[in-house]
Amino acid sequence: MAGLKISKWLEHRLGFIQPLKQAAEHPTPSNNASWWYVFGSAATVLLMLQVVTGILLALVYSPSANEAWTSLNFLNHNVALGWYLRALHGWGSDFMIAIVLLHLVQVFLFGSFKFPRELTWMVGVVLLLLTLGMAFTGQVMRFDQDAYWGLGIGASIASRVPFVGADLVHLMLGGPIIGGATLSRFFTLHVFVIPGLLLAGVAVHVLMVLKHGVSDWPMPGRLVRRSTYEREYHELTLRTGLPFVPDAAWKDAVFAAAIIFAVMACAFFLGPFGPSGQPDPTIIQTAPHPDFAFLWIYAVLAFLPPSLETPVLLVVPVLAITGMLLLPLLAGEGERHWARRPVAVLSVSVIAVTLGIFTRLGTYTPWSPVMDAWSGDAVPVKYMHNRSPLEREGAMVLQDKQCRDCHSLNGEGGMRGPKLDAVASQMTEDQIVRQVLQGGGNMPAYGNALNPAETKALVSFLMTLRGHDLQPAMNASRELLRESRMEQTAGSADSAAAAPEKAGQQR
Amino acid sequence: MSELLKYPGMSKVDTLSPEEKAAAHTRRVFLFKLAVGLNAMVGAVLAVPLVGYLLGPAAKKRSDIGAWVNLGSLSDFPVGQTRLADFRSPMAAFNDGETGKTSCWVRRISEKSFQVFAINCAHLGCPVRWFSESRLFLCPCHGGAYYEDGSRASGPPERGLFEYKFKIAGDSLLIHAGNLPTLSTEASCREKPLVQIEAAEPAEAANAGMPDATMRSTTWQG
Ligand code: FES
Repeated sequence: MAGLKISKWLEHRLGFIQPLKQAAEHPTPSNNASWWYVFGSAATVLLMLQVVTGILLALVYSPSANEAWTSLNFLNHNVALGWYLRALHGWGSDFMIAIVLLHLVQVFLFGSFKFPRELTWMVGVVLLLLTLGMAFTGQVMRFDQDAYWGLGIGASIASRVPFVGADLVHLMLGGPIIGGATLSRFFTLHVFVIPGLLLAGVAVHVLMVLKHGVSDWPMPGRLVRRSTYEREYHELTLRTGLPFVPDAAWKDAVFAAAIIFAVMACAFFLGPFGPSGQPDPTIIQTAPHPDFAFLWIYAVLAFLPPSLETPVLLVVPVLAITGMLLLPLLAGEGERHWARRPVAVLSVSVIAVTLGIFTRLGTYTPWSPVMDAWSGDAVPVKYMHNRSPLEREGAMVLQDKQCRDCHSLNGEGGMRGPKLDAVASQMTEDQIVRQVLQGGGNMPAYGNALNPAETKALVSFLMTLRGHDLQPAMNASRELLRESRMEQTAGSADSAAAAPEKAGQQR
Repeated sequence: MSELLKYPGMSKVDTLSPEEKAAAHTRRVFLFKLAVGLNAMVGAVLAVPLVGYLLGPAAKKRSDIGAWVNLGSLSDFPVGQTRLADFRSPMAAFNDGETGKTSCWVRRISEKSFQVFAINCAHLGCPVRWFSESRLFLCPCHGGAYYEDGSRASGPPERGLFEYKFKIAGDSLLIHAGNLPTLSTEASCREKPLVQIEAAEPAEAANAGMPDATMRSTTWQG
C-alpha cells in the first residue's frame, strides 16, 4: 500500500512513469517475439556494462604518456580485482562489436531497414561506426607498443589525404609527434565525446523503434509499400499483438544475461588484454599488430599493390559508409524475406567470408618476414645428408644471408616468399641465379649482398632441393638448342652433300 | 470582456489562442528574433577562439617544426656500416615520457658522407630493422623491404625510406628532426622530398645545448 502511495506521489511530480510503462507494454506483432530479435537489446546491455566498467577503470587509470602504461600494469598486478575489471572492459568491447555486427546482419537479412524504418537503420550505421571508434580509441588507451605503432599507422593513413595530409596528422596527434598530447586527445574521444554521441544515438534509435514498432517477421511475397505498410502493420498488431514486456522481452532478457555471463567467463578465464611492451619507440624489436576487430584491415594493407594503396584507403571507406547509409533510400520498398533477396544474401556471405579470411590471415601474418628465422631455424638435417662441401657451404650462405626470414624449409621460416623444399624441381639453375641476383616478383635483388663464390655455393645447395627426389626442372629451350647443335655437328659431316640442295631451296 | 483590466498583466488578447497571441504581440516576437540573432552573434564570436584552440596543432608553421639534434660522435659510426642511434625528439613536450624518444638508422658511406633514415616504414610507419648480412631493411608489419641506400626493394611501400637532413659539426653528427615521418610530414625535409645524400657541410653552428643522444650497438648489426 505504502509503495503504491509513494509511486503515485512520484508520478504526480515526475510524470513519466506511466508513459514509460505504456512504452514497455506496447503491443508488438506476435510473430516477432523471436530469438532472432534479441541482438539490439543485448548490445544496449553491453554498452551499459562498458560504461560502468569504464568509469571504474578511470578511478585508477592515468591518461598521461608518462604513466598510462605503468598504471595499467598497476591495475593488473597491484589493484585488487583490477585485472578483472580490465578483462571485463576488454572482452565487453569485443562482444559488443560482435553483437552489433550480428544485429546489423539480422536487420539487413530480414529487410527491416525498409520503410518506415530507414532513419533507424541510418542511425544504426552511425552507432556501428561509433562502436568501432570506441574500439580503436580504446586500443590507444592501452598505450603500449601496439598502441604506439597503431597510432603511427593511423597517422600514416591520414598523411595520404591530398593537400591537408600534414594538417590532419598534426590534428590527430595533437602535435608533430606521437606523445602526451596524442594520448590526451584519444582519452577525450574515448571517455567524453564518443560515449556521449553513442548514448544520444542509442536514445534516438530506441525512440524510433518505439515509434514505428519492432518490424514484423518477413514473409516471402509480402511486399513493403509506402502506401500500405503502416496500415498493414497496425492491423497485424491489433490482430496478433502481444505486450512487448513481458511476452517478447523475456527472450531479450535471457539472451542479454547469457551474453554478460559469457563476457564474465572470458574475462575470468582468459584475462585482460595486455598491455604489451612499453611505448618506447627506440625498442624496434617489435611486430605491432592491432586488436582483433581491426586485424582484417591490417591484412588488407599487406596485400594492396602500392599504386592502389592511397586510393583504396581513402575512397573505399567513404563509398562503403555512404552505401550503407543510402541503402534504405535505394531499397526502401519491396521484398523483405531473404529467400527473395539473393543479392542481399550473396553480399552478406561474400563480405563475411572475406572478413573471416583476412582476419585469419591477420592472426599469423604470412606476409611478414620472420625476423629471427635466419639464426633460429636450422637447415633440416635431411637436407645436409650426402651433400658436397660446396653445397654445405651454400646452406651456410642461405642461413647467413637471412633467406630463411622469408623462405621456409620443412615448414620452418618465413612465409613471405615461396618455400624452398622443392625449388630445384620448379626452377632451373639459370633461373635461380637470375632470381637471386636480380630479384623480382616481390623479392629484393641480392646482387650487392652476395659475392660470386657465395652465389655459386648458394645455388648449388638450392639445386639439391628437389622435394621427394623429383626431376630437376629443365630448360626446354636449352634442350632444343643442344639437340639442334648436335644435329648441326652431325649434319656438318655430309654438309657438302646438303649444300647444293639448301641453295636450291633458297632460290 | 470589460474595458477595464481586472489585474496587472491582463491584456485585451487574453481570449486568443497562444498562436494568435504571438501574432498579435508583434513587438515581443520582434524582440525574441532580435535576441536569437544576438545569441547567434555571441556564439560566433565565442566559437572563433574555441575552434582556433582545437585546430591549434595543425596551425603551427611548418618551418617552426624541428631542430638540429646531436646523434653523437662521428667515431660511433664506422665507415661502411649502418647503425641504430637513439635521440630525444626536439619536439618532445614535458608530458611525452618515453614516447618523446625515437631512433634512426645511420649509414656511414665514407668519411664525410652519411645517410640517416627514419625507422618509420614509408608504407604505414612501422619500425624497420636493418639486416647487415643481406644488406636490407625489413619491416615487420607488412613485409616491406628496402636496400641499404634506403631505396624500395619490395613489398607494399611505394617509395624509399624517409631521410633526415644531416650535418657534421666538429666531431658530431647532427640531424634535423621534427615531425613523425609520414608521407606528408617527411622527416623534416619538406622542401626537398626524397632527398638523397646531402653533401657534408663544413662544421658550422656550435651545438651547445643540443639534446643528448645515445648510441646502441645490437647483435644484428654488422
Ligand atoms: S608498415 Fe612497413 S610494410 Fe607496411
